[in-house]
Amino acid sequence: MVVNIGPSHPATHGTVQIIAELDGEKVLRTDVHCGYLHRGFEKECEDHTWHNLIPYVDRLNYCSALINNFAYCDGVERLMGIEITPRTKYLRTLLAEYSRLADHLTCVAASLMELGAMTAFLYLVTVRDAMYEHLAALTGARVTYSYGRIGGLAADVPEGWFKRLEEILRDYELYLERVHGLVDRNRIFIDRMRNVGTLSTAEALHWGFTGPILRSTGVPRDLRKDTPYLAYAELDFDVPVGILGDNYDRYYVRMREMDESVYMIRQLMDMIPDGPINVDDRRCVFPEKQLVYGEIESLINHFKLVMEGPVVPAGDVYVGHEAANGELGFYIVSNGEGVPHKVHVRSPSFVHMGGAHRMLDGYQLADIVTTFGSINMIGGECDR
Amino acid sequence: MTATVFTQLEQSLLQSLQVPAPPDADEALPLSPERPVRSLGVQHGILVLELLPEALVRVARGLRDDFGFDLFLDVTAVDWPDRTPRFDVVYHFYSTTHHVRIRLKVRVHQAADATAPDVRPEVETLTGLYGSAGYMERECHDMYGIVFRGNADLRPILLYEGFVGHPLRKDYPKQQEQPLVPYRPPQSALVR
Repeated sequence: MVVNIGPSHPATHGTVQIIAELDGEKVLRTDVHCGYLHRGFEKECEDHTWHNLIPYVDRLNYCSALINNFAYCDGVERLMGIEITPRTKYLRTLLAEYSRLADHLTCVAASLMELGAMTAFLYLVTVRDAMYEHLAALTGARVTYSYGRIGGLAADVPEGWFKRLEEILRDYELYLERVHGLVDRNRIFIDRMRNVGTLSTAEALHWGFTGPILRSTGVPRDLRKDTPYLAYAELDFDVPVGILGDNYDRYYVRMREMDESVYMIRQLMDMIPDGPINVDDRRCVFPEKQLVYGEIESLINHFKLVMEGPVVPAGDVYVGHEAANGELGFYIVSNGEGVPHKVHVRSPSFVHMGGAHRMLDGYQLADIVTTFGSINMIGGECDR
Repeated sequence: MTATVFTQLEQSLLQSLQVPAPPDADEALPLSPERPVRSLGVQHGILVLELLPEALVRVARGLRDDFGFDLFLDVTAVDWPDRTPRFDVVYHFYSTTHHVRIRLKVRVHQAADATAPDVRPEVETLTGLYGSAGYMERECHDMYGIVFRGNADLRPILLYEGFVGHPLRKDYPKQQEQPLVPYRPPQSALVR
């Protein structure tokens, strides 16, 4: 029998259609179809200046928008040959880890709730919500921050922000301990997650899996370690891996990664130097408002940056950052104008959808819900 | 990643692909059936190779089997409307053991017209080498109309059945409206 699940279904973790061929309750074959949230991201990018894309890239993975921001800005900065200031480098690293924390919290919370673990969900989302409010104090927005800038950041950290960060990290530890206690050795949880959706390393690589899913199969493949960018080379952290590559391992890899992120954030809070946020480069950084009103050169500078956009030297660049779900790549082509010739996103979710059937076929119909939750497909970046 | 590693990779790559060296280090030499691959050097930390479509599968297999490029990262196209051939099909590979990325560029022509009926935007599929190529080639087919010969499943993925045109081509207007598609029941298109 062939059943259709989605594209809009309360148990699917996002807007996606899964057509499954069943034998009783056993799934024989599945056809995963995405694209229901396609909104022409790449086409739209070719019609806006390099600056104006920043709010769009926020909306790719909206659970960790800052990582998208920084990956995109990194790409443009490489084309322009810009070296960001030390303070920005450490701040971006800290915020990327903070976003990873929020993303993993959302993913784990949602997949636990899909199994009926309402208490664990509320614990995790309590922490995440404190983070969202905290990031709103920094960026002015709750989910889509638009905080990265080409050559820097939108603003410096407000007074008392780090103090509150330390409080939230302590809350995180308190709540996560409770979730570990509720879930880790829970018989129902283990029965549903162990040996379900199993992947081997070779299979995971063949189907293009990256991030926590690849690591859950037992290999420490992490771009933060392997091709260090931002300040990751200076940080001390472990890359947690799983053993079997099943749903339980993916849950545990995410939980352990969050602990590593907290450890990194604590190191970074001590490392962040004082200094300017934006580079001193008139090609991309807006002049101070005071000067725009006061002198003609800055006014023209501002006007040119808004109307024509920053001039990015012709060329193409691929940047890969370790986003919460895997390798987030931007392939950016410039033909030397203020508007990109092409911005292509290699989004982990889309690639994972191409291999998702390997994790669904052969298990039970009810396992689709848990396995799909552990992939953490984000419609925004999958369908672009 | 140091530059010397890239130079070594580049040399052993070209050697293993049996590409004759250019006569007098003239890298601008155009590609020909005798010399189907050339290196464009290291650009922003990635080694870039340009090749003829017919060499693609051979090069990709060599990369996977002999050089450890085990992760097929991405395929997309770039449209240069004023150039012939019009499209670049751009591949990215990553080696999880050596932590290096490589980019392949293949130039393909626009769709056939009366003067050149054999010329189509076509390349071989890489689904025989990497499972992950399947979905990404489908997307590229959606967006640019590049035909991946041998990919059995080129149904629309981000677009829908009945979408007219290829939206990421430069001559596709952003405001273009699409015809209404009549209601269809869910399709059990288990083609695999």
